[in-house]
Amino acid sequence: MNIYFDNNATTKVDSEVLEEMLPYYSKFYGNPSSVHDFGRKARFAVNKARSQVAKLLGIQPEELIFTSGGTESNNLAIKGYLFANPKAGRHIITSEIEHHAVLNPCKELKKQGYDLTVVSINKEGVVNPEEIRKAIRGDTALISIMYANNEVGSIQPISEIGNIAKEHNICFHVDAVQAVGKISFKTKEIKADLLSLSGHKINGPKGTGVLYIRKGIKVKSLQQGGHHERNIRPGTENVPGIVGLGKACEIAKKTLNEEVIYVSNLRNKLYLGIRERISDIKLNGCLEGILPNTLNISFAYIEGESLLLKLNKKGINCSTGSACTSGSLKASHVLRAMKVPSHMIQGSIRFSLGKYNKEEEIEYTLKILPGIVQQLREMSPLYEGIKEDGI
Amino acid sequence: MEYSKKVMEHFENPRNVGEIKNPDGVGRVGNPACGDVMKLYIRVKDDRIIEAKFKTFGCGAAIATSSIITEMVKGKTLEDALKITKKTVVEALDGLPPIKMHCSVLAEDALKSAIEDYYKKNSQ
Ligand code: FES
Repeated sequence: MNIYFDNNATTKVDSEVLEEMLPYYSKFYGNPSSVHDFGRKARFAVNKARSQVAKLLGIQPEELIFTSGGTESNNLAIKGYLFANPKAGRHIITSEIEHHAVLNPCKELKKQGYDLTVVSINKEGVVNPEEIRKAIRGDTALISIMYANNEVGSIQPISEIGNIAKEHNICFHVDAVQAVGKISFKTKEIKADLLSLSGHKINGPKGTGVLYIRKGIKVKSLQQGGHHERNIRPGTENVPGIVGLGKACEIAKKTLNEEVIYVSNLRNKLYLGIRERISDIKLNGCLEGILPNTLNISFAYIEGESLLLKLNKKGINCSTGSACTSGSLKASHVLRAMKVPSHMIQGSIRFSLGKYNKEEEIEYTLKILPGIVQQLREMSPLYEGIKEDGI
Repeated sequence: MEYSKKVMEHFENPRNVGEIKNPDGVGRVGNPACGDVMKLYIRVKDDRIIEAKFKTFGCGAAIATSSIITEMVKGKTLEDALKITKKTVVEALDGLPPIKMHCSVLAEDALKSAIEDYYKKNSQ
């Protein structure tokens, strides 16, 4: 068995999506800027995708820019807005648990003289809107908060924050990369002025993304070139990618509701099964407030990388917040912000499910996991200490 | 990042896991880089390590280095055992990925501290 439980990292491209994309590589390969037939065909396809995305987000087709993915969308939103609106102020508000594609551009801007407030979150990984309100100053130009967190799945009170931003007339950027396709929402209702989406998180192709820019909001391009995407994002359009992204959005819109039920049933089964079979575990986040597909669990006394390797050997693929796998040897900034004790961060595993997961895969995992956890615990000096203490 | 075959082999079949009852020396060390922990037990006879066991809370590399060091010290005099460094441990495992080099510190430090513990206990 080879089970993929890492859908918050990336997803499998839907076969319908792939089928739709292929002709745009070899048959309709024209440049959308060209006037001839090849160009027209490509232009038509890009426009179709634009309206497919717009329908999913509940926006007008001319309110979106195609990008290369979530990271570019976030950079373009944050820097592009601030650079285009120097009079709006030089203060940015964001949260501790944002993706690095938001935190790092903000930190970079701080180096360039902008002011940054990073609000803290609670133990469940949720921002308190009142903290945002308190952080607002006369020169606050932008609030950037994610819709849902990638590591623990915590869903943020995004409409409340949107309302606060509106009250103060501050631009509101929402990184919705993890929320799209997992939560049903209308961009206008959450009062987002800017919103980022990524194709490969919704069974679309990698290297594709969208930035929604509300009509009336000005964003300055970060690179200079031709007149593509209203001069905001110059560069020949990734036509096959855009076609795939559009199709993925169309499918997401059609199947969202049933998918959420299907995936959350599997996720709940996995969670309850683990809780029944393994002691000393902790759910990071609270079940009612997280994405339907995400399950981030800490297994006490063991370290995540060794658990991942053992699971991988049995064909189960997931991820961890452990410092040992991070490259920088820093444990997950999200779990640290949630004040999860460091040894529990070391033992954290994220299962992120998707529409292609099957019930048998959950059953198989529940069969394999307890033995592996026990084996590693037997090997752990922390477990021994606990056993001696009789806890 | 890829582990060598040897690392994976030791990770999957770690040697000498467990503890020694009434050991002659114990070393318990933490890895300052990532917070992982290793405990090494030794039994000593006539200045020679005749048995070594370990318990480790750590990554694949930490477990593999723990495992191999218990094999490397067995039968060695304390003096020779003290010559084992993280470098020799890494070599014995056919290398570690650069980002995992610090994991081998755990094994070397645990061994040194177990031997120290033995000397302390036997100095009176
Ligand atoms: S012991 Fe933590 S990275 Fe190896």
